[in-house]
Amino acid sequence: MNDLTNTPRTKPRTSATFDEYTLSEIRRAAATGIYDIRGAGAKRKLPHFDDLLFLGASMSRYPLEGYREKCSTEVVLGTRFAKKPIELKIPITIAGMSFGSLSANAKEALGRGASAMGTSTTTGDGGMTNEERGHSTQLVYQYLPSRYGMNPDDLKRADAIEVVVGQGAKPGGGGMLLGQKITERVAGMRTLPVGIDQRSACRHPDWTGPDDLEIKIEELREITDWEKPIYVKVGAARPYYDTALAVKSGADVVVVDGMQGGTAATQEIFIEHVGIPTLAAVRQAVKALQDLGMHRKVQLIVSGGIRNGADVAKALALGADAVAIGTAALVALGDNDPHWQGEYEKLGTTAGAYDDWHEGRDPAGITTQDPALMARLDPVAAGRRLANYLAVLTLECQTIARACGKSHVHNLEPEDLVALTIEAAAMANVPLAGTNWIPGSNGNF
Amino acid sequence: MTLSVKPAGDAAGLQLVDLSTSSVRELNAALHALGPDTNQTLWKVAHPNGRHAIAAGLDAAIDIEIDGPVGYYCAGMNKHGRVVINGNAGVGVGENMMSGFIHVKGDASQSAGATAHGGLLVIDGNASARCGISMKGIDIVVKGSVGHLSAFMGQAGSLVVLGDAGEALGDSLYEAKLFVRGKVAGLGADCIEKEIRDEHKALLASKLDAAGILGEVDIGEFRRYGSARTLYHFHVDNVSSY
Repeated sequence: MNDLTNTPRTKPRTSATFDEYTLSEIRRAAATGIYDIRGAGAKRKLPHFDDLLFLGASMSRYPLEGYREKCSTEVVLGTRFAKKPIELKIPITIAGMSFGSLSANAKEALGRGASAMGTSTTTGDGGMTNEERGHSTQLVYQYLPSRYGMNPDDLKRADAIEVVVGQGAKPGGGGMLLGQKITERVAGMRTLPVGIDQRSACRHPDWTGPDDLEIKIEELREITDWEKPIYVKVGAARPYYDTALAVKSGADVVVVDGMQGGTAATQEIFIEHVGIPTLAAVRQAVKALQDLGMHRKVQLIVSGGIRNGADVAKALALGADAVAIGTAALVALGDNDPHWQGEYEKLGTTAGAYDDWHEGRDPAGITTQDPALMARLDPVAAGRRLANYLAVLTLECQTIARACGKSHVHNLEPEDLVALTIEAAAMANVPLAGTNWIPGSNGNF
Repeated sequence: MTLSVKPAGDAAGLQLVDLSTSSVRELNAALHALGPDTNQTLWKVAHPNGRHAIAAGLDAAIDIEIDGPVGYYCAGMNKHGRVVINGNAGVGVGENMMSGFIHVKGDASQSAGATAHGGLLVIDGNASARCGISMKGIDIVVKGSVGHLSAFMGQAGSLVVLGDAGEALGDSLYEAKLFVRGKVAGLGADCIEKEIRDEHKALLASKLDAAGILGEVDIGEFRRYGSARTLYHFHVDNVSSY
């Protein structure tokens, strides 16, 4: 007779397929009958700029002195058609985020921080506020399918216009702002009843496709007397063709946003399963510009998961003219700060993981319209933190550029890069480190 | 640019622009240069030939008469202007209008009055699909019929249709008010027929009056449509409607 109590047992084994998160989501779905909505971008592990390395200077290249020789960072956007291009001191801009999804204090802080560093901020799905305009020396006005708050006066007082076709977190998806954040002011700006769950359209109401977009851009240029740079923003999905079509439509600047790019609120399944990583999008977008002879003539802004100066430098080396940051800027303001850990726990989460931005209960006072929570964010101090962070990104990017012997960050080039993984080598079209092997089609995407 | 003031004997200060010899850019630049107290308040545009963005971004209380068909986005984002189009209009006539008046004497293509916040758009003929899409306060009076998905996501304002309406009228409607005299091929999600009470008749009468046709049609022949407001908050029971 076997003695079961003495029989060795295998350890309980959890499934890699049905992991803890997956099981919790199944239980949540079964209990509620509705998909999970959250903010931020893709959280899964993706091929990213971390998978690239700079080679630095060596026998065949000489570096620049870190504290003595200049490495310029300025960038001019909108040189193709606009009478008044935007001139930024650093190649890092603040991505579009709406008043509504963000508090007025957060928008003010973004404006203060960006302006201190000589760069631009961007409105979002909900119109332009006076606070935002007042605190941003250079403000990009988004032209979105919903056209909430859209009006010719704001169009004329903007420094640039960004026609939003899509965003990286949800290419093909519309906006969403749940009732908790539709306060009287937000509702008034959007011409909506207070407290309803607002669903923004995913397509523009009066144009479809690049031929129409060309005419739409012509109209926007006419309204603004051809002064403003016009950007076209797409979520990274088919960046080669989307970039080419944006150029064809008359864009001055193309913005390509990878799937790590954040959103205020979207279905988790959408964020994690639609679109491609930023790393995979940059070279395709650049290739389209090069094939059209428009590289550096139509500027390229890349966004989605930019965190440090190395990410900035890598995006530029792959051919971007500038990057945009959203999530990182919010973190610099104070989003997900451990200071509020106790309150995050009360919300059933933890600092660093809080992404229920749509619920409007942000302890840090950023993704909320609650006056008491909002008051926690000092826009002056938060703006200073953002300026500091932007300064660090710039210094880091310059550090790498000098090490590669570049007197301007735009002189970084793919030749300065190698990849750590085969995937990253194929996506970025640079050799696997230690080899001369570029997996795939050697530049013919 | 051929921009001339007619000699005495005609309307004083009448500005004539011939788009067969001037560009739309020249016309719009001249219009945008007008100050609030301009005395150049009467404009005539000849040979528009379907060009796009004619009189877009107008911001002056002036009268413009366009003799012929216009392309996309005629009088887009209009503020204060009174624009008469003696012909058909392309996509998005009066899109995002803030105030003023646009009168299309022919038919209008898709997305007429799209996202417009105010003013009055009158279309003598038919309007195509998505008439008044995402409207935010404009009043639109269509003497003919409108195509499918008209007033889609309409937020505010009113759409008055003397003829018929296509499929999915008022889909995902917010608070825009819809009046249709003829047949409705189908209602969109969350759009329902509503009782037409005295206050609605008064509202309808005021819109017909503004369009200059009060008394020409019987208000009793109209039916009213509006939002059932069941999709204002996400709910699992409504999932089939999304």
